Amino acid sequence: MKTTLTVNGNHHSLDLDPRVTLLDALRDHLHLTGSKKGCDHGQCGACTVIVDGRRINACLSLAVMHDGDDVTTVEGLSIDGRSDLQSNFVKHDGMQCGFCTPGQLCSATAVMDEIANGWPSHVSQDLEGPYELTRDELSERMSGNLCRCSCYPGINAAILETAEQETDHVEAAE
Amino acid sequence: MKPFDFQRPDDLGTAHDAARDGATFVGGGTNLIDLMKLEIMSPDTLVDISRLGLDAIQAHGHGLHIGASVTNSDLAADMRVRQDYPVLSRALLAGASGQLRNKATTGGNLLQRTRCPYFYDKDTACNKRSPGSGCAALGGELRNHAVLGTSEHCIALHPSDMAVALRMLDALVEIEDTEGDRREVALDDLYRLPGDRPDLETTLAPGDLITGVILPAPMVGRQLYRKVRDRASYAFALVSVAATLRMEDGKIAATALAFGGIGTRPWRDPEVETLLIGETPSTALFDKAGEVLMKGATLHEGLAFKETLTKRVLSATLKELTQ
Repeated sequence: MKTTLTVNGNHHSLDLDPRVTLLDALRDHLHLTGSKKGCDHGQCGACTVIVDGRRINACLSLAVMHDGDDVTTVEGLSIDGRSDLQSNFVKHDGMQCGFCTPGQLCSATAVMDEIANGWPSHVSQDLEGPYELTRDELSERMSGNLCRCSCYPGINAAILETAEQETDHVEAAE
Repeated sequence: MKPFDFQRPDDLGTAHDAARDGATFVGGGTNLIDLMKLEIMSPDTLVDISRLGLDAIQAHGHGLHIGASVTNSDLAADMRVRQDYPVLSRALLAGASGQLRNKATTGGNLLQRTRCPYFYDKDTACNKRSPGSGCAALGGELRNHAVLGTSEHCIALHPSDMAVALRMLDALVEIEDTEGDRREVALDDLYRLPGDRPDLETTLAPGDLITGVILPAPMVGRQLYRKVRDRASYAFALVSVAATLRMEDGKIAATALAFGGIGTRPWRDPEVETLLIGETPSTALFDKAGEVLMKGATLHEGLAFKETLTKRVLSATLKELTQ
């Protein structure tokens, strides 16, 4: 089935069996192997990509359901050089084996947008916002990304430092 | 995954045509695609309903109309829902993960299948998966299973948090049949109890499409969703309660209560509410409410904790809402 996808800014026209998941289309058809297949059941988050600005589990979605969609994978986070988030993952040692890292990076990128857009979470005290990325908010919002090496202290430190840097940038711009 | 035809129509008429021929609808697919990978569900034709314009949240009388394709994220973040139906936002935010909420839809959430591990394990007996094969859960390891509304054929739990809040809010489910005729049904009229046919989970006729959910005018009173689970986030409820309660002159003037984690469908027991209304709050009263709620419970080995936990969660919820 003909399906068009824009992935990391590049336009692709694919002819896919409807059974191909978005994750398999990215990895096996477009050879973007950054997104990882961990559990393949939406439980681990290693396959997290950003579709039309929203993070999703690419393993639980069929590629043909995304005709015309705009997809950002981990490869797309560093088109203009390593992102601040990626640099902070290196600085804080936010990985051991690295298998979950692409999903962590895509998920955290989207989490910072969700905070900026005033989306509440389960641990938010009030529902009307605005919200800051506290440690509690971070743990809750990143709960769909598991790290079997349990590098959560480094992952959390990297995301929190990036969020602080972004806040500083916004304040400097104002 | 078994081969299937895929359609992504952009009008309801085409979707109905496909449904008349036996197609299965897919919303976000977060449960269905998984079940198709496991070949527990194997539709011949899959119809993507994400392009039918069912993704709006609109005023509806004094309430809201939520399109079936509205994602769980968008519904939880909608300011009208946050302000007037905070229990619904809270229930949604207590469920799944950020990634899943971005894909899962309102209609799909209602129709998600149980997470009973025996339903997912094709090497075991399951009356829901293979009618008449038996139930491996009975006599097996039990935890995320129902204690109310069960039968000797099935004790599978309805896993949704969202549906518990909707049940408490007296939401109506809007359904369109293959002729395009619409009807609205209450949640208790959508979900069947398992009885001797646990494979028949809803009253939907073949080809019926859930097009939306209608919330009546918000109830006056404080709203709350309390969920207890095995880990702090991204886990199904062991017990949950959606509640609205209004106090007047030191007495409970009105209340509505629905429960998750304990029933074969989102659970509501009018007897519990009747018992509470007009009474002065007390621990003894809350305990009595718990007794009434759990009086019909079937506590198979491994599930006895649910009785204690449900009573405590209910009591704590009522205490908080009456303070």
